[in-house]
Amino acid sequence: MSRYLLDKFLYTVDRDPELVERYREDPRGTVAWWEAERANALLNCHPAEASTWLRLTDAEREALGTHDYPRLFELGAHPFLTLTLFIAMFERDHEEPLAFQREYARKLSHFTLPYPDIAT
Amino acid sequence: MATVVAVIASTHHPFYYRASTATGEDRPPFADEWVRKIHAFRETLTRAKPDVLVMVGSDHFHQLWLDNMPQFLVGKAPFYDANWYNEEREFGLPRMLLRGQEDLSAHLLREGLDAGFDLAFSNELRIDHSVTCPIITLRPEADLPIVPIYTNIFAPPLPRPGRFVALGRAIREIVESWPSQLRVAIIGTGHLSLELGGPRQFGPHGPDPEFDRRAVEWIATGDLDGCLSEVTLDSLHGPGNATHGFMDFMLMMGVAGAGAKADYVDTLDLFHTMEAYFTWYPNGAPA
Repeated sequence: MSRYLLDKFLYTVDRDPELVERYREDPRGTVAWWEAERANALLNCHPAEASTWLRLTDAEREALGTHDYPRLFELGAHPFLTLTLFIAMFERDHEEPLAFQREYARKLSHFTLPYPDIAT
Repeated sequence: MATVVAVIASTHHPFYYRASTATGEDRPPFADEWVRKIHAFRETLTRAKPDVLVMVGSDHFHQLWLDNMPQFLVGKAPFYDANWYNEEREFGLPRMLLRGQEDLSAHLLREGLDAGFDLAFSNELRIDHSVTCPIITLRPEADLPIVPIYTNIFAPPLPRPGRFVALGRAIREIVESWPSQLRVAIIGTGHLSLELGGPRQFGPHGPDPEFDRRAVEWIATGDLDGCLSEVTLDSLHGPGNATHGFMDFMLMMGVAGAGAKADYVDTLDLFHTMEAYFTWYPNGAPA
């Protein structure tokens, strides 16, 4: 389990306008590129000081690669990060205000308390 | 010594800026009432004639990240740029620049450390909507210097509620021991019941109106004992998965003091969440 890395993907994509669009258009390709090139970047350090050990699990890679946000919730991705990024990618496809946010809630409606653990 | 002229606790709703500035068909039906309430709330700060604002909020994974996460952090910088690309994108928030009050930052850090709070600090902090929302609602001129204080209500493990209250008490004492003649308002924002990224989000009301009712009562009456006896890190999952932001309200109850009844209380039941606004005047209401 690499919940931290799942969150790191969502965090680093959400804050970068180009990556938001790239992930929307090509989720599998973006996840593969990110895991190869960015997953081990230590964010406040010189690129040469990268980490060496971070890797997504198959389940995490698949959930990210298929935009499967109910599965990300189940895997314990931080719900705020997932929500913010997915609003950025898909709110535009809905005409009514908040329609995407409500659909998102509906798709998670099978979850009851306690929700999956999000501690990293 | 400095005077605490107002203590203010508020929700921070990132949609207020867009709702209040929208016109025509884009203006939501609740905007006029919301603006009226905000203007009345703003007056409670204006009347206190503050010189400096201590602003308590929580970074929403903007600058502070899981590789190096502080529990409590005090900004100490001459300026703070504010708002982030994803807040412009989602909420239409404007970029802002606020002045800092470094002497008070230094005083809070030194005295806070000596009082047993291992405060982190930042000399280059870009602040987010947890601080800029109350600037927009309470002091839209953005003309007063600030001291931002960030709390971790977001990335577990979190400090327990009692720690937030204790820090609030300490902030009050430390500000009142600042050798300055300036008038300080201490402003903090958090949430009542709130769900983000979960099945109970974006409903017609907040996810737990009963929690909201009781929370408003605790805050308005200064019932710290009642609040602390019922609110735990575990219990806060019940009203909504982002309800740990209520601990910033508890911090502000610590600032106001046990048993301190708020001089001003107002609420607004909106979709998704309840808004709540509180002001205390520790040295009596201004004329």
